[in-house]
Amino acid sequence: MVELAALSPCAGLLPIAHGDVTLSEVDLGQITLMRPWAGRQADLAAALKDAHGLAWPAPGRATGRAGQRAIWFGLDQVVLAGPSPDPALASFGALVDQSDGWAVVRLEGEGAIAVLSRLVPIDLRPSVFKRGHTARTQLQHMPVSLSKLGDRAFVIMGARSMAQTLVEDLKTAMAGVAARG
Amino acid sequence: MRIAGKGRIDRSRPVRFRFDGVAYDGFAGDTVASALLAQGVRLFGRSFKYHRPRGVLTAGSEEPNALITLGQGPGQEPNVRATMQEIHEGLEVSSQNRWPSLATDLLSVNDLAAPFLGAGFYYKTFIWPRAFWERVYEPLIRRAAGLGALSPEAVEERHEKAYAFCDLLVIGAGPAGLMAALTAARAGADVILADESFEMGGRLLAEDEPVASLPGPAWVASVLAELRALDNVRLMPRTTVTGVYDHGTYGALERVSGHRPPGAADLPRECFWRIVARRAVLAAGAIERPVAFRNNDRPGIMMAGAMRAYLHRWGVAPGGAVAVFGNSDAVHRTARDLLAAGVHVAGVIDSRADAPDAQDYRVYRGAVVTDTVGRRGLEALTLRTADGRYEKLQADALAMSGGWNPSVHLTCHMSARPIWRDDIAGFVPRPGAVAGLIPAGACAGSFSTAACLRDGAAAARDALADLGLTPPDADLPAADDTPHGIEPLWQVPGRGRAWLDFQNDVTVKDVKQAAQENFRSVEHMKRYTTQGMAVDQGKNSNVAALAVLADATGRGIRETGTTTFRPPFSPVSIAAMGAGGAGKGFAPERFTTSHAESVARGAPMIEAGLWYRPSYFPRKGETHWRESCDREIGHVRDAVGVCDVSTLGKIDIQGPDAAAFLDLLYTNRFSTLKPGRVRYGLMLREDGHVMDDGTTACLAPQHYLMTTTTAAAGDVMRHLDWVRQGLRPDLDVAVSSVTEHWAQFAVAGPRSRDLINGLLDSPIDDDSFPYMACGDVTVLGVRGRLFRISFSGEHGYEIAVPARYGDSLFRTLAKRAEALGGGLYGMEALNVLRIEKGFVTHAEIHGRTTAFDIGMERMVSPHKDCIGKALSQRPGLHGPDREQLVGLYPVGAVRELVAGAHLFCSDDVPVSANDQGYVTSAGYSPAMGRMIGLGFLRNGRARYGETLRMVDHLRGIETFCVVERPVFLDQKGDRTRG
Amino acid sequence: MRIPCPICGARDRREFYYQGAASMLARPDPGAEPEVWDAYLHLRDNPAGETRELWYHASGCGAWLVVTRDTVTHDIAGAELASEGTR
Repeated sequence: MVELAALSPCAGLLPIAHGDVTLSEVDLGQITLMRPWAGRQADLAAALKDAHGLAWPAPGRATGRAGQRAIWFGLDQVVLAGPSPDPALASFGALVDQSDGWAVVRLEGEGAIAVLSRLVPIDLRPSVFKRGHTARTQLQHMPVSLSKLGDRAFVIMGARSMAQTLVEDLKTAMAGVAARG
Repeated sequence: MRIAGKGRIDRSRPVRFRFDGVAYDGFAGDTVASALLAQGVRLFGRSFKYHRPRGVLTAGSEEPNALITLGQGPGQEPNVRATMQEIHEGLEVSSQNRWPSLATDLLSVNDLAAPFLGAGFYYKTFIWPRAFWERVYEPLIRRAAGLGALSPEAVEERHEKAYAFCDLLVIGAGPAGLMAALTAARAGADVILADESFEMGGRLLAEDEPVASLPGPAWVASVLAELRALDNVRLMPRTTVTGVYDHGTYGALERVSGHRPPGAADLPRECFWRIVARRAVLAAGAIERPVAFRNNDRPGIMMAGAMRAYLHRWGVAPGGAVAVFGNSDAVHRTARDLLAAGVHVAGVIDSRADAPDAQDYRVYRGAVVTDTVGRRGLEALTLRTADGRYEKLQADALAMSGGWNPSVHLTCHMSARPIWRDDIAGFVPRPGAVAGLIPAGACAGSFSTAACLRDGAAAARDALADLGLTPPDADLPAADDTPHGIEPLWQVPGRGRAWLDFQNDVTVKDVKQAAQENFRSVEHMKRYTTQGMAVDQGKNSNVAALAVLADATGRGIRETGTTTFRPPFSPVSIAAMGAGGAGKGFAPERFTTSHAESVARGAPMIEAGLWYRPSYFPRKGETHWRESCDREIGHVRDAVGVCDVSTLGKIDIQGPDAAAFLDLLYTNRFSTLKPGRVRYGLMLREDGHVMDDGTTACLAPQHYLMTTTTAAAGDVMRHLDWVRQGLRPDLDVAVSSVTEHWAQFAVAGPRSRDLINGLLDSPIDDDSFPYMACGDVTVLGVRGRLFRISFSGEHGYEIAVPARYGDSLFRTLAKRAEALGGGLYGMEALNVLRIEKGFVTHAEIHGRTTAFDIGMERMVSPHKDCIGKALSQRPGLHGPDREQLVGLYPVGAVRELVAGAHLFCSDDVPVSANDQGYVTSAGYSPAMGRMIGLGFLRNGRARYGETLRMVDHLRGIETFCVVERPVFLDQKGDRTRG
Repeated sequence: MRIPCPICGARDRREFYYQGAASMLARPDPGAEPEVWDAYLHLRDNPAGETRELWYHASGCGAWLVVTRDTVTHDIAGAELASEGTR
């Protein structure tokens, strides 16, 4: 029996709202970083498809649906978010549990792009960064993973230890955008 | 004086504001300049050096004279141009550079001393004595000269920064910019149209000129309406593009809230945009230049184009009797517009011998203005007619025009120089000056409205072709296409002071003097006279100044060349550029899972890199940090202490070649490490100096967990990626940071195993878990990891659980440690504990020390390669000349050691030539009953027992200390092994 | 300044960490003469023109890149993964 109490990274910090934009914490479930062994990416991709029904995402893309996603996470890296990885995957690559390493938040609303444009130096125009797109970039000074998972909804993953700064930076940008009306 | 029926102000919305404490009325749509001019105010400020009375010269961002300070207190903003600042209810502005008041400025005595204050005055005068440079002369000069002042307090208002991306950035929304934006937008390009004014339209708002058979402003309104309705267009009024940077990046300053009454606290004052554009059209227009004649700086003397702007855009007549002076057809346009508005035109002085005649006003053909009178504002002027007669003309306002300088500034930001065109007597952008930036309209030397429209459309079509988009078919709107008739006129020869740079008080005489004293290069002249070095950067004076220099040195303007323009185009506050970076925005803060509990226990938190870590945990009755620290050391040495070590870097390394990878990274061998075991490792940089140290655990075959120091975690991760990708891409190994996933706590002390066993579902002992063992465990029902390692020299463990349980486990550990007679310990105790054992941190492995220096050269395996090995064997990195790690303790009267202090032989004078080494770490050891320290000493390992002199020159601390082995406690390590 | 990451596309310079000359990729043999190591570590060309240098996409995909850049015009001719680059 687990005798320790669990705390989420943003406990006590969220949700918040400014204008029509909301920021809330998301539980992605288990977060497993997958890195294929040399020459085994196709095998790992096939195993991912077999075991979890998820397509191996190309760079800058996320596949799957809520509760079960594969998110491109950098050079030769994909995150499996949701299920426990099927043991079959381990034959083709390193599987590293990072479930507790990420503060995961969802930014949603008409003004979400305007908010992110204050913090993130990448092109987020709807014609460029579309639903199902993802990027590793930075939010202010913080490395993050940023995914667009709805027309007006983004999921941001930042380091757990920086959760407070992540929320604070987003909050400031949200307030500034909301104040412009 | 306001003219009925004219202007774009909203007369139904009166606005009251204050200037120098006096209330004035204006209307929505007024600037401070237009509202005050409408009220008959002519005196706006005092000049930089001579404290001359000054009025409004222009109607735009190039304004050199009418500088005001906005607000007061921490957020006060100096040097705001009255010509740009919109008025709003409650606005408070004040004039600058005057004392005690604008009307009675005592420093205007400088004007009487003018004969002595010319170019080079300071250089020639404030020379002796040398000691006066900084203490007397500089404060004196700074007090007398100057523009506005900043508040010494920090800005309270928010500033913002933002990123934007587009296909086409159009800079300037006059006829050329509007046409470019419209053409590109209709073709479907993503367009950003930025304009520095609060209302788009540029000169079309300032002239009475039809476009497409509509009044100019009506055509502007129709274009803006079309652009506003398009999704692919972003209009950015009040936004000055201030700089051009590499690869299509543009800096732009948006004034967000300075034009409205204070309201929402969250609204930023300004937003600094970084705009990335695939292509850009520069439609920045042109700036009209003054003519240099004697006393051409009096209030009431204004640029002709500015006068037309005040007339048409703001419905303001600048005076009752207006004279006009210039060298182009524009002077006649000014006179006609004034007459049409019912303003009396006293006369037009046209320097061209072939100037056109006029029916409705008097024209002095081939004449020039030679002087003016009027102390606080123009009263009359003297002109010299074509046949050399002098005539006096009564006028309370004078419009002047020396022609127009294309605003080439942004095209110079990537270091291209503009080129001279004789036909317009002006500089135009060098073709290809900035990749992807196409100049159009007046900034490219096309001055008529029709030419601007044509240029704008053509520039957009060029950009569209580059972008792969098809330009729309559209006719150009009809507009005036009269050529620009101009004959150069830079200065009117004569005695007295004729101003070039109004803001920095540079006159024709100063430039001539510079030439005479052999500052003939334009760059030298600029610095000697300070021409163009004020906040306006000489926007309306640089070209005339170099024309005067060219004349004085007998060269043409083309040969004389120009100084260049650098960003920003107009001033940008540091607060805007660094938006989001003030205070805690400077860097992210990193908190461990034990943070809340540590703070609740009253622990002062100290910064360790980005992390916050507890310094010590005070208990009731403890009055000094040393009391707490000594007690916490006792917990570890006598019972059990608990400390959060989650900040150490943790890197998961796995794969078929993981062991080979580690062997390359570390000086010592890891391929021999068995699963379930941990080994200490030393890592070098390629130059042979120590990079980092830490333990690496073998969790399973081909699977390792490396720990790094807190300080070097990021560097080590980057280094691993470098070695893997850059040096050995053939190795099949996966490297992933798991620092954030695990909460990890050191549990150390003779009773540490008792505590640990109380948490595990299957207890451990020395056999199942000897020193340097590791393994998976279940901690109070949670799957975690246990490592038997020690940074304190005691029997100790580090226990790790997924971070979500960190807070809970920390509280549990604290309570159980206390129940066993121990407790939490912080960084102070941790530091003393490791000094007692001689364990190094980045105080010792600070980047200039080698494995030899810290006594670990035997850890550099002779049997394999590693990063840094080859160069660590360089002769200079070994031997008695090296400073080597030693232990130190003080003797004598002063029982203190200070990190940073230097070591000297006891009889030597403590100067750098005699330096023997330095102290890196120091702390009070309760076990030793005195301070102890670590340091580096030349040939230190051969000098144990020697007494040295320690001097901290900075703090003034001096003592004697004895050199020892750098291990003070348990030299055999019996306690560690339990 | 924009760097064309072969994985992520053009990104702002602030996402990258600058290392130095791409010659660092050609690490000498462990037994090479000291002069060879000295040259590897310390000696650099300072060309006015094309240069190949190492950049790390630190807050992006984590790739080490070889960027070909002109020090006179600031043009970037291209970028490739250090792991695939020619030595």
